[in-house]
Amino acid sequence: MTLFEYVRPDDVTGAVDLVSADPGAAYLAGGTTQLDLLLKDGVIRSNRLVDIGRLPLRGITRDGDTLRVGALTTMDALAAEPVVAQRVPFVREALLAGASPQLRNMATIGGNLLQRTRCRYFRDSAVAACNKRVPGSGCAAVTGVARMHAILGASERCIALHASDLCVPLVALDVRVHLRGTDGERSVPLTEFYLPAGESPEIETVLRHGELITRVELPLLAPGTRSGYLKVRDRASYEFALTSAAAALVVDDGVITYARLALGGVGTVPWRARAAEAVLTGAPANVETFRAAAEAEIRDPFTVPGTEFKVELAKRTIVRVLRTVAGARP
Amino acid sequence: MTAGHPPDVEVTLRVNGQARPIRLESRVTLLDALREHLGLTGTKKGCDQGACGACTVLLDGESVVSCLVLAAQCDGREVTTVEGLSSDGRLHPVQQAFVRHDGFQCGYCTPGQIMSAVALLRAGRAGSDDEIREFMSGNLCRCGAYPNILAAIRDVAAQGDHVEVVGAGRVPAGGERS
Repeated sequence: MTLFEYVRPDDVTGAVDLVSADPGAAYLAGGTTQLDLLLKDGVIRSNRLVDIGRLPLRGITRDGDTLRVGALTTMDALAAEPVVAQRVPFVREALLAGASPQLRNMATIGGNLLQRTRCRYFRDSAVAACNKRVPGSGCAAVTGVARMHAILGASERCIALHASDLCVPLVALDVRVHLRGTDGERSVPLTEFYLPAGESPEIETVLRHGELITRVELPLLAPGTRSGYLKVRDRASYEFALTSAAAALVVDDGVITYARLALGGVGTVPWRARAAEAVLTGAPANVETFRAAAEAEIRDPFTVPGTEFKVELAKRTIVRVLRTVAGARP
Repeated sequence: MTAGHPPDVEVTLRVNGQARPIRLESRVTLLDALREHLGLTGTKKGCDQGACGACTVLLDGESVVSCLVLAAQCDGREVTTVEGLSSDGRLHPVQQAFVRHDGFQCGYCTPGQIMSAVALLRAGRAGSDDEIREFMSGNLCRCGAYPNILAAIRDVAAQGDHVEVVGAGRVPAGGERS
């Protein structure tokens, strides 16, 4: 039986102090991850939920070419922000490709970063083997039924996928995550916020217990940069990605002068495609370049029978999104 | 889990325009509070896990799945359920359109469909059939009444008389929602 104390502190400092001092406490924001896993699946345990939903961490402000997005801003509110549509349109596309309208009204940006994997073996506490849930217990997914699982950053220890759409353009943009702990504030790039699954799949981020995401700082793309988000999935709406890609390009006289690329649906973390970016930058904007970039990025994937299809699908997703964004001929 | 029972919470929900103070276990969801504590069984429990949309209500005017919100989180906030849509014994235009277009078979998902449809129309998301389908995608109908649900929403959008809902659209004091 899941019982917990509910508390609603009046300010950020009070919330951080409460959770930091209590190993059994957890933050409650939008609730779409926390309540699902705590109340319904019984996968995580907390004896105290600290509701931060009314703290003043909501809203979007612009400072030059940077957007400051409060951690409690909802997915819907960020998608509705005009400057997002104008200057980072692939962020809006990724937001609207994720979840459902109801969940986008509830889910927060900070919570989206911290959403937990959809791996059914992780989410079923009757399954004994899950290194993410019970460190050292093994991985049931590797020998089980896998499909919505990772092929990059994965190993026989864990193939759990980070399923966020939003985080894909965010890692492409070098967003910074601002954190508040009992000993002050710090900020980390989103690309370094997530830890490789490696030996310890149960440790997913650099967050210390009690540290709170207060905002993300999102650099706008330079005017004239084109961007796009492509999501490939089993049905047209309200479904997680099999593969996805976010790309931003500047093409000058047929040559790519600026390239940002990140992948979803394939990584244990939102996957920044730096090897592909290196191929793209300075190269002609054509399908041969795009395919070479895809080949450079999807190297040494870890697959199981259920995820083998993702290797080629991810490459084609990269080529398609780059073709679309560059406006290149097929 | 620690020993002992955590303290109950005192919550005042503003449901369909009426203040409803209740005392609850902290783990009670808004859905269970509405159904089990307030007797408002129009809101349905389907998957109870945020996937099916049967429990959709409006919270401060925005559609949410009430199975993934604690009642405690809703203290002082405006909740609109399907029971709050009709006025003076007259069905809401969206309800009338669902009847007119036969937008249901078994009817279990219907309250959630109707609440999402009301939210969609209020947000001006009925620009095309594709847009309606996209913004209704969080509500599953296992009977497959989708074509008639779509027709009902399209019909109301064409009439343009859907907008006012009890309690909806209120911005709570404190400005914590942007």
